[in-house]
Amino acid sequence: MTIDPIDPRRVPRFDHGSRVPGWDEAVDLTKDPAEVPDPATTPVPDDLRAAIEAHIAKYPERRSATVPALREVQERYGWCTPEGIEQAACVLRLTPAYLISVATFYDMLETRPVGRNTIYVCTNISCSLCGADELYTTVRDEVGDDPEFNVRSFECLGACDIAPMASVNGTYVGPISLDEVPTLVQQVRDGAEPLPDKQLARRRSVDPNAASRS
Amino acid sequence: MTQLILFKDIDEPGLATLEVYQRRGGYEGMRKALGMSRDQLIAELEASGLRGRGGAGFSMGKKASFIPKGTMDKYLVCNADESEPGTFKDRELMQKCPHMLIEGMIIAAYAVGANRAFIYIRGEYELQAQILERALEEARGQGYIGEDILGSGHSMTLWLHRGAGAYICGEETALLDSLEGKRGNPRLKPPFPANQGLFQGPTLINNVETLATVPHIIRMGGEEYAKLGTPGSTGTKLVSVSGNVRNPGNFEIELGTPAREIIYGLAGGPHEGREVKFWFPGGSSSPVLLPKDLDLPYDFDSMAKAGSMLGSGAIIVIDDANSVVDVALKTAKFYRHESCGKCTPCREGTNWTVRMLERIDSGEATPMDLDIMASVQEQIIGNCLCVLGDAMAMPVGSMIAKFREEFEAHIEAARERNDALTTAVAPPEALIQGAVA
Repeated sequence: MTIDPIDPRRVPRFDHGSRVPGWDEAVDLTKDPAEVPDPATTPVPDDLRAAIEAHIAKYPERRSATVPALREVQERYGWCTPEGIEQAACVLRLTPAYLISVATFYDMLETRPVGRNTIYVCTNISCSLCGADELYTTVRDEVGDDPEFNVRSFECLGACDIAPMASVNGTYVGPISLDEVPTLVQQVRDGAEPLPDKQLARRRSVDPNAASRS
Repeated sequence: MTQLILFKDIDEPGLATLEVYQRRGGYEGMRKALGMSRDQLIAELEASGLRGRGGAGFSMGKKASFIPKGTMDKYLVCNADESEPGTFKDRELMQKCPHMLIEGMIIAAYAVGANRAFIYIRGEYELQAQILERALEEARGQGYIGEDILGSGHSMTLWLHRGAGAYICGEETALLDSLEGKRGNPRLKPPFPANQGLFQGPTLINNVETLATVPHIIRMGGEEYAKLGTPGSTGTKLVSVSGNVRNPGNFEIELGTPAREIIYGLAGGPHEGREVKFWFPGGSSSPVLLPKDLDLPYDFDSMAKAGSMLGSGAIIVIDDANSVVDVALKTAKFYRHESCGKCTPCREGTNWTVRMLERIDSGEATPMDLDIMASVQEQIIGNCLCVLGDAMAMPVGSMIAKFREEFEAHIEAARERNDALTTAVAPPEALIQGAVA
């Protein structure tokens, strides 16, 4: 995603003045930072707890499960909500601030509310040589201000063979021509498979030597 | 014709399942390896001359031999973060033949005595992660992963760890930090991961393609494998060709194949009426090469001699319809976004490079800015903990050096465009009145 120079007036703030939703107490500098949430007073949904604990079991240290836990939170709540982070922090026995510091580092973890349908349009070199910038603006225009969508221009998604491409709710699709965009967006709205014929999963190897042997 | 190793049977239906993979001779390398001693295995790997396929091209056997012997907690990590722009070879390998990677990891873990292994896959690879999870489950069911593997006395766990979108996590020490649940910031080296890596233990980190080659080396014998390719760059390599070519995709080539044969022969060359203007030989981090370099053999040493690098084996072709300034700006913006911000030369250098390129584009620059920009690139290189800054400085620096005239013409054209605009617009009335008063 390209970053424009930061204009302080454009930095989104919530009603309470904080840039982080719900964390208005954190801006009170006289206050101590939140500690590891108390399990007795932090209700954690059983399935979320089980999922995070299954991740913790894979590693010698609990902290390693931070990113997987945040992914679980995001999957459940749509983004890394303050409540979700507090719940994950409670299971991981880390502070919420630590989890936020990690969440803000990674592009795929959302720290503010976003639409439930994610479209990442790759706009890196190989894709942009094949018209990714036009694809990105076309997708944006087609989606408009539909709050159900989260359209982002993304760094190389590792599918330059199907450039220009997009990751639609995690499914790689490409090459997408501009006139297919309305169909694609409609399919996402309907909850249907995005452009089934163009999904990466169905693509065969182009290596002529590999193809002749199979 | 190239001898296919990794891509043999790649489109066989069901190759991602244990059953088909074993029918095709899968896990034989593992069985053979478990009957050998650890020293023998490392000797085979060194004899094969296999160089890391992730970017640095360091000898895999040597890296494995650096892991100390003894009974401490040792780790094996597979770097499946594959986020170098232009690279998509590991994706196809993991999606179509996940067991090859798993088999390679079991052998490598046995060779260095690692009991805990992780595959760090980038978060965007949803399908590949699902396929790997299924394959890992199958391998556990067969007892290939677990306690006392096939009676060898070696035990290991192998888990898939999914990232969440950060280019920097492909850097080995940043990957370790990310795997430990931290922000993905690189660490100071030394200590190298072989001595002090994941959770402070000795750690072997290798790329997907490197590890997937290991079973074949054990099966064929290291010396036999070394006969492929060139003496300094043995074996075959998966090459991802993308950009302005007719037939983009992954191709398995023997190292030392002329680049022209890959770009024109396999990938079909540029589109009708277009010509190659320049190309990245090893992902967007490698200095660009010109059409005159197309006849060079594609291997580690020849690319280094030409002033570039083989990198991850990702060839990006740019044809003559594109402006070098646009490509430089796109490249620099990517690294600015992905810089983790830990080291000043990289954090500030990538930012200033983008700003200067934008000035060139908007006509506010002078040719002197090109010299300043080139000096910024020089001051990034070698001054940071990791090579992310270098990865921008090298290609952008090479573009300025090789296409200076085009940059200057672009600056001039943009300035003329600006001048035409300012004279065409009449000055605001208030100003005129002010001048009169």
